[in-house]
Amino acid sequence: MFAAEFLEPAEDVGGPAQPLLEARRLTKHFIRGSRLFAGKRAVVRAVDDVSFSIVKGEVLSVVGESGCGKSTLARLLIGLIEPNRGEIIFDGELVREALTLRVLRRRVQMVFQDSYASLNPRITIEETIAFGPKVNGAGNATACKIARDLLAKVGLEPNDFAGRYPHELSGGQRQRVNIARALALAPRLVILDEAVSALDKSVEAQVLNLLADLREQLGLTYLFISHDLDVVSFFSDRVMVMYLGEIVEIGTAYALFQETRHPYTQALLAAMPSSDPERRTAKPPITGDPPSPIAPPSGCRFHPRCAYAEAVCSVKAPQLGPIAAGHAVACHMAQAGSGHSRAGQPLQRQSLNA
Amino acid sequence: MSAVSTEFGIAAPAIRAGYWSGVRRRLARDRVSIVCAAILLAIVLAAIFAPYLGLADPYLGSMIRRLKPIGTPGYPLGTDELGRDMLSRLIYGGRLSLLIGLTPVALAFVIGGMLGILAGYVGGLVNQCIMRTADIFYAFPSVLLAIAISGALGAGIVNSLLSLTIVFIPPILRIAESVTTSVRTLDFVDAARSSGASAFTIIRVHILGNVLGPIFVYATSLISVCMILGAGLSFLGLGTKPPEPEWGLMLNTLRTAIYINPGVAALPGAMIFIVSIAFNLLSDGLRSALDVRG
Repeated sequence: MFAAEFLEPAEDVGGPAQPLLEARRLTKHFIRGSRLFAGKRAVVRAVDDVSFSIVKGEVLSVVGESGCGKSTLARLLIGLIEPNRGEIIFDGELVREALTLRVLRRRVQMVFQDSYASLNPRITIEETIAFGPKVNGAGNATACKIARDLLAKVGLEPNDFAGRYPHELSGGQRQRVNIARALALAPRLVILDEAVSALDKSVEAQVLNLLADLREQLGLTYLFISHDLDVVSFFSDRVMVMYLGEIVEIGTAYALFQETRHPYTQALLAAMPSSDPERRTAKPPITGDPPSPIAPPSGCRFHPRCAYAEAVCSVKAPQLGPIAAGHAVACHMAQAGSGHSRAGQPLQRQSLNA
Repeated sequence: MSAVSTEFGIAAPAIRAGYWSGVRRRLARDRVSIVCAAILLAIVLAAIFAPYLGLADPYLGSMIRRLKPIGTPGYPLGTDELGRDMLSRLIYGGRLSLLIGLTPVALAFVIGGMLGILAGYVGGLVNQCIMRTADIFYAFPSVLLAIAISGALGAGIVNSLLSLTIVFIPPILRIAESVTTSVRTLDFVDAARSSGASAFTIIRVHILGNVLGPIFVYATSLISVCMILGAGLSFLGLGTKPPEPEWGLMLNTLRTAIYINPGVAALPGAMIFIVSIAFNLLSDGLRSALDVRG
């Protein structure tokens, strides 16, 4: 498919059992305030001790409210920012040790949310897509051929679109260009950071179908960051829920949506708009803004907003622990003997109906 | 190709022209810019080819025909306080005045632009060092700074060009830094970084195209300021020395004649004014022509 030999997708190193990407205790703290006057410093715990893995060929979704660290996580995984602690292992190779950042960046690519800001307004979309192959050693002609092939692949007629500037395209078309740009280096993992969130519903569906087709054709793995649970349930194999920089629940899409164990996940699900009159939401499932990640609450970070919070929740932080095959939760209620009165009991369906 | 439906927009024109030909087309439609460019071109060409225009000697004076008014036969723009032909002196004066107006700005554009883009792209400590150094120069009013540097270096054209260059580096540096900083945080720079490009390549392909326009437009607006500052230095005796024809110096020496022959005394000032306003309007036109969405 690709014009150049060196742009073939990288060899599978670890075999099918090896996760494509593994994050181990990944932590990123941002220091806000003056560097000179130490008194005003504040540490924002954007991503705090996060461990998970992405299986080859799956779609792993990351959901959570704004500011929960989803985008920071994406930037950590792609090497745009450096973690304070923790390590990333790509297909069995430790990033920054066995695998250089330069190689990692060819294996992991990202589609950004803002389709306009992520395209250089001064250069044509053909040049934008050809840029990656060019800096990785492709000749001019090869890079242009790759760009045109990819434009066709994402459903934009190359002869019509190659010479256009970003402002001459619609939002959906620009996002297709962004997808083509991400694919230009033949990556194995594509991080979709709210890639369809800003699009109209009809265009969003088209782009999602395109992404699903491309995944099948090219054998891609997706990390799909979104706040739209409808899209997530349609699109993903597994789902990871984040709250204030931590993972609170992770599991298969079925387990997470049908056998929800964390009250926060339950609240997110209850907040999903529904067209079913029987499932009308009458009161907000969760109130208030998430607490500041500068001074997260003691114990379980969710306890100030949790309907089931008890004394133990404000004292002891629950650890992310497995409760079933492929389903892990960080909640005292899911762990027997944690000291919570509901420990070990399944979560009741929250009654929010009118 | 899969069965994905697409949302093809309006068909683009069959033949796409490049970015710069688009700029040229938009500039050609702007009448004000065309007129300004024509005036500047005429003044520059006249200054360059002055010896071939059959003008009177700009240095040859005569005590018996001092301060003749505009329209005197043989002296269409009159004569100055030493009886020298004003038309000839104004045209020859353009040589030095344009040199003083353009050179410092061009040098400051290159130096300030490079430092500003570096500061904006690298950020952090490098940015702090460069910008705080520039702030030191900001503490002085630009006129005083030019006079101080010129005075310290001694009178002369080269020294006044040097002092004006130093005066114009900080403002251009600041514009370059702020534009670069704002472009640098956009997602397409992150996308370029994540494709493994080196900082130099990213600056060349993705930063320069987006920052040079605004920096260039700002720099052209400084040309007029520079000419006036240069005139000021000459006025104070720090720049050009008599009998050299230069608009600022001519304005200075003719000021005593303002009650005797105000029309002639105002001519060098008028030249500075015309050139300044032409550069300002042209840079304004350039600003809109450089915008792809214009």
